[in-house]
Formats: sequence, structure tokens, C-alpha cells
Amino acid sequence: MSDRLTVLKTYKLYVGGKFPRSESGRVYEVTDSKGKWLANAPLSSRKDARDAVVAARKAFGGWSGATAYNRGQVLYRVAEMLEGRRDQFTREVADAEGLSKSKAAAVVDATIDRWVWYAGWTDKIAQVVGGGNPVAGPFFNLSSPEPTGVVAVLAPQESSFLGLVSVLAPVIATGNTAIVVASEKSPLPALSLAEVLATSDVPGGVVNVLSGRTAEIATPLAAHQDVNAIDLAGADEVLAKELEIAAADNLKRVLRPQPVDYAETPGIDRMTAFLETKTVWHPTGSLGASGSSY
Amino acid sequence: MASVFEYAPAPESRSIVDIAPSYGLFIDGEFVEAADGKVFKTVSPSTEEVLSEVAQAGEADVDRAVQAARKAFEKWSALPGSERAKYLFRIARIIQERSRELAVLETLDNGKPIKETRDADLPLVAAHFFYYAGWADKLDHAGFGANPRPLGVAGQVIPWNFPLLMLAWKIAPALATGNTVVLKPAETTPLSALFFADICRQAGLPKGVVNILPGYGGAGAALVAHPDVNKVAFTGSTAVGKEIARTVAGTRKKVTLELGGKGANIVFDDAPVDQAVEGIVNGIFFNQGQVCCAGSRLLVQESIQDELLESLKRRLSTLRLGDPLDKNTDIGAINSEEQLTRITSLVEQGEAEGAERWSPACELPESGYWFAPTLFTNVTQAHTVARDEIFGPVLSVLTFRTPDEAVAKANNTPYGLSAGIWTEKGSRILAVANKLRAGVVWSNTFNKFDPTSPFGGYKESGFGREGGRHGLEAYLDV
Repeated sequence: MSDRLTVLKTYKLYVGGKFPRSESGRVYEVTDSKGKWLANAPLSSRKDARDAVVAARKAFGGWSGATAYNRGQVLYRVAEMLEGRRDQFTREVADAEGLSKSKAAAVVDATIDRWVWYAGWTDKIAQVVGGGNPVAGPFFNLSSPEPTGVVAVLAPQESSFLGLVSVLAPVIATGNTAIVVASEKSPLPALSLAEVLATSDVPGGVVNVLSGRTAEIATPLAAHQDVNAIDLAGADEVLAKELEIAAADNLKRVLRPQPVDYAETPGIDRMTAFLETKTVWHPTGSLGASGSSY
Repeated sequence: MASVFEYAPAPESRSIVDIAPSYGLFIDGEFVEAADGKVFKTVSPSTEEVLSEVAQAGEADVDRAVQAARKAFEKWSALPGSERAKYLFRIARIIQERSRELAVLETLDNGKPIKETRDADLPLVAAHFFYYAGWADKLDHAGFGANPRPLGVAGQVIPWNFPLLMLAWKIAPALATGNTVVLKPAETTPLSALFFADICRQAGLPKGVVNILPGYGGAGAALVAHPDVNKVAFTGSTAVGKEIARTVAGTRKKVTLELGGKGANIVFDDAPVDQAVEGIVNGIFFNQGQVCCAGSRLLVQESIQDELLESLKRRLSTLRLGDPLDKNTDIGAINSEEQLTRITSLVEQGEAEGAERWSPACELPESGYWFAPTLFTNVTQAHTVARDEIFGPVLSVLTFRTPDEAVAKANNTPYGLSAGIWTEKGSRILAVANKLRAGVVWSNTFNKFDPTSPFGGYKESGFGREGGRHGLEAYLDV
């Protein structure tokens, strides 16, 4: 090895497909589990949160309108891109969570596999939770799941990468757009994931990543009238209650924090939490006594 | 009322229903007085006649009822599903047997036409119990994993617009999945729920499985906030729904909310006009427009506005308003003085803001609470009558030129419960239905309901679904 000085990365936010610094100009120090300085991460403000909502709303029409097959391919592409940067993420996860290199590598592998798992769900969930309803009348009646809209996701505080992807992927797999608040203490894997998303055909604005103080960013998101739902995974009990109360103002769908083992294969709950059911009635007509009336 | 045909009165006899002068709360299988002895009167909104005096539940009664439901939960949830199913089938059958009596009762207490209680409310009530009865022993196959567990005690608060039907939507899935229930009917329509308590006794339902607490908002709030309630189900206004969402914040209570709406009924230029007019009338004048999924905003394509409005006005002139027990009556009474005041004030606001008001020549009865079918034209999206839920027989007419504009206007509301599409073009139906942010979309029809068909809103119209397989989820720990 030479004595070459390494090039450090400036970690930035990811909003609307671009990589801005916080509009506030603030940063905070991110350290590893032993307290060694790793980077200065953006300390997002309320304004950053609002900008992210605007970007997520703008992206919603296109992403929710994309075919499920297309969304599946894009999510699979994320896994492909991650695979190529496996070493980088292993290093970042090891630093963030104080894991050995081999344990961190296992976490990264599981995370890549999680993208693959959800990639396969995009064109199957509608068949599992939707379907025809045998109404007592001459109607064809069909219920289909549709994405709720713009979802604020408070990523888990401890599981900075596998946990993050385990709460993000189900939200976007079904056609929602997301604003992710990264783990406060360990935001770097999330901020690096943004670079992967940006090169995986995920349209700008579908995922927006903010780092900083969870409570400071989540409070305006929970109260925002153009956010449709919030996943409180990364909130403690006190904050979760405050946010749930704020979320009631426009009746956001709220996923309360609950104990989750992110190493386990997920169920479909995190997808259905952010799906609406639309039921459409169509008259079928009927064959009358005198011949056709359809 | 001026009309094309004169009809002789054809009132349904009220002798089929025997309303007692007073009723208690139904707790743990018994009718009891309220702990503080309070009572309230329930009146017939079409005549203002006092029908009965009903015990008024307070906080102590809520606590007692929740305890009874908790006690009953252990055995009820442990029953084999096939046994729970049979109780519910019994209830469905008794409702069918007593349906005329219940229809007359509901019409008296609510004010809606007998035609509707007889042909819509009651058949749907029985069907709902029959449908969920069949689920009770098939929950393993409902897609929620093996052996899904009930939540516990369900606190349910229902509105006055479809008293017995909303009771059925709440109680049937709750019992099928093994929960026990404390239900609070609305203060203006307590009677059919109390008759239902009697049906539970006839069916031999174990004590405490269903508890009925007539009362006001305070009792509802106490029920929602009770620490031993595991599940909250509410149908009513969006404002109260938000309050409930705040109340349960930070708890483990599961909540479903079915709230207000401002449904768009979209008529394209190729729609069959007569059929569309019938659908528009049904959409906004069914149950005097006191329907959360009412098609209260008519979006009509500009090119056919004149023709459609002319037909619509002609049709409205033939609607019969009057005695709800008369079998020819189309439009009954408004449910309460309070609701009539609200409708009147919103309509006055509509006029003051510059929208054009029209009603057919229509004589209103001397006593009772009445409001003539009303149209507003020259309405913009900024008008109060285009934005606020009026919950009355008032239709706001807006126009559009392109399908995109129709969709944008239809979605321009914090609500998202229902919508209608009228066009002969199949692909347009599918494309527009796809873009509407509403939980129920009716194409070339309106206000159709079925126990197998999930119902519920997007956005501020609430969350969770009632009806169908989807309706089970609200009462299961999944």
C-alpha cells in the first residue's frame, strides 16, 4: 500500500433525484461505534423535509402509474447495483453498527436479497390482496390495491441498512413514493444507498433520503397535509405518540413502531399498511327473455 | 307537491311494530337503567312525535358494558367457529323474519322512506349477517395465516343515517372473528339497535357478547378511550374521526374509520342521459342525501350540460316528498333539527357565495324536519357547496371539457370515498376509474352495496374496509 491520501466522500441528502446539502447549511458529526469520526452528515431542516414532500408528490403519478413489471425490474436493478458495491456497504455497515467484517457482509447480503424479494412482489401483491367480489346482482365487482401516496418512513435507529431497506422497499414496491429519515446515529449507509438508487432507474423523487435529528425532521412530516402515511419504525414511544397525534390532522395511515427481527423473511404487512383498496362496480347487463340486453 | 300523477296515500301500517314507552341500556344480556338514571327522548323526525324514552349511557355504563364484553370474550372467542357461525345465521334469519317490523321501526325513528328501509336497508342487514356467519369457521383460509386471533373487545360507534345497516356492518364481522362488542348507536336513532338486542336474546346469543349503549357523543368518546377496548370502529364525521385518531395515538388499539365524503358523479357526453339522470337522483337523493358516499358533486361534460340539467330538473319535479311510511314516497324527512339547520346554513352560504339555487315546486309538511331537493348551478370548485359535505339533498353541478379535467376536479377534495362514471365507452370507464382517488367507484350505476364488496375511503374519508374478506382484517390480530 502506498501512503496515498484517500479521497473522502461528502455525504449529501437525496431529494428529487439530486444530491443537495441541507438548505440550512448545517452538518453533524457521525462517528463509528467507538466514537471515531466518520463524516459530517447533513443536518436536515424542516425546509428540507418540505422540499422532499414536494419531490415525492411530483414523482407519485409516474411511479404509481408505472406497470408493476416495470417497478419489479427497477427494484431488481437496485439489487444488481448494490451487489457491485458490496464491499463499500460492508465497510459502512461495520462502522455504523460496530460489526465484524464478516457479520457486516452477512447483513449486506441479506439486504441485497431483500430487494430481490420485494422486486418479485410488485406484480403479485394485487392478486393476493385484490380480487373479484361475488355481489348479489348483475355487476362485475373488482377490488384492487392502490398505493396510498406519499409515505414518510422513519428508518429503524439500530439496523441502519437491512432495517432501512426492510421498511423502504415495501413502500415503493407497491407504487408509493417515500421520504426516508435515516437512522440518526448511523445515517451513512442510507445516504450511500441514495447513490445506488440514483443509478438504478429509480425515478428521481420516488425515494428521498434525509439525515439529521429524527424528531426534528419527522415532526413537520407527520403534520404535513400532503403526506398520506407515516411509518414510525424509527421513533421511540414518546415521539411515536406525538407524531401519531399530529398525523391525525389529515388522517394519515400510521404504522406504529413494533418489535421486528429484520433478519427474518418479512410478511406482506408492510406492503398492505400502505395500500388502499379500490372497489369498482360495472353493470354486466343480463340476457332478457326477449333476447340480448347487453 | 306538484306532480305529473296524483297518487292516493298508501301508508304502510305501523301496527306491525310495538314500541315500548321506555328502553334501557342492553348490558350483559339485560336491559338496565343508566347508572345516573339519565334518559333522553327519541322522536320521529317526520312528525316530531316522541316515540320512546331511552336510557342514556354515561361513563360508568361504558365501563360496565366493557367489563361485560371482556368477561364474555373468553368463552366466545374459544367457541369453535362453526358454533359462532350458527349464532350469526340465526340472527340473519330472525332479521329476515322480522324485517317488515324493523323497516317500519327504522322509518319511524330515522325519517327515511319505507321504500328504502324495506328494499335496501333491511335486505342488506340480513345479507351482511348471513355473509359473515359463513366466515366464522373459515378464517384459516381468509389469507391472514393459520388460526388468526380476534382482538378482544370492540368499541363501535355508529351514525344515524343507516342505523341498523351500520350496526350490521360493525357487529357481524366482529362476532364472526370472535370479538365481543360494545356498540353505541346515534342519539337520534337508538331504537333499531335496541330491537336488535332483543333479536340477540331470541337467537340465544351468550350474555355480554353484544352490549348496546344508547347515548350521546360523550358516551362514544368514553368508549373509544376506555383502556380495556382493543378495537375501535367508527362511522361518522371526519372531524370526530380525527379526534378518535388522536385519542388512540400511542395505544395498541386497532382502528377503522369510515368518514365523510364529497363524491363526484362524472357524466360524459356519450352517457345515456335518462339512465344517468336516474343515477344522479339516486346518488344524491337516496336517504335525503344523508349518505357518506353520496354523489354530491355532479361533474357534467360541458357540451351536454343544458340537455342533462333539463332532464334532471324534469325528473326532480316528479319526486314525492312526504310521509316516510307512504310507499310512494321518494324523499323522507331530514333526521334531526340539528341536521336540518346545518343543511340550511350551508345552502344559504352557497347562495351568498353566488351559486344559483333551484328546487322543484315542493310543498313541505307542517311539522317535522324537511328540506326540498336542491340543485346548485354556476358552482366553482372554490364554493363551499362544492367543498364541504352537506349531508343533505343538495347537489352541486360543475362542468368539465376533457376527461383529464374531470379527473382533476373529482380528486380535488380532501375526501376520497366514492365516485361515479357515466359513459358508454368501456376503455374510458377503466381509465378514469383507475385515476380516481376514491375507495368505491360506480360505473354507470351508483349507491350499490353488497356484503361481499369492500367499502371504505381514501384520504380523509377514513381507513380500513368494511365488507368482504377485507372486512375481516379490521377485527383480527394480523
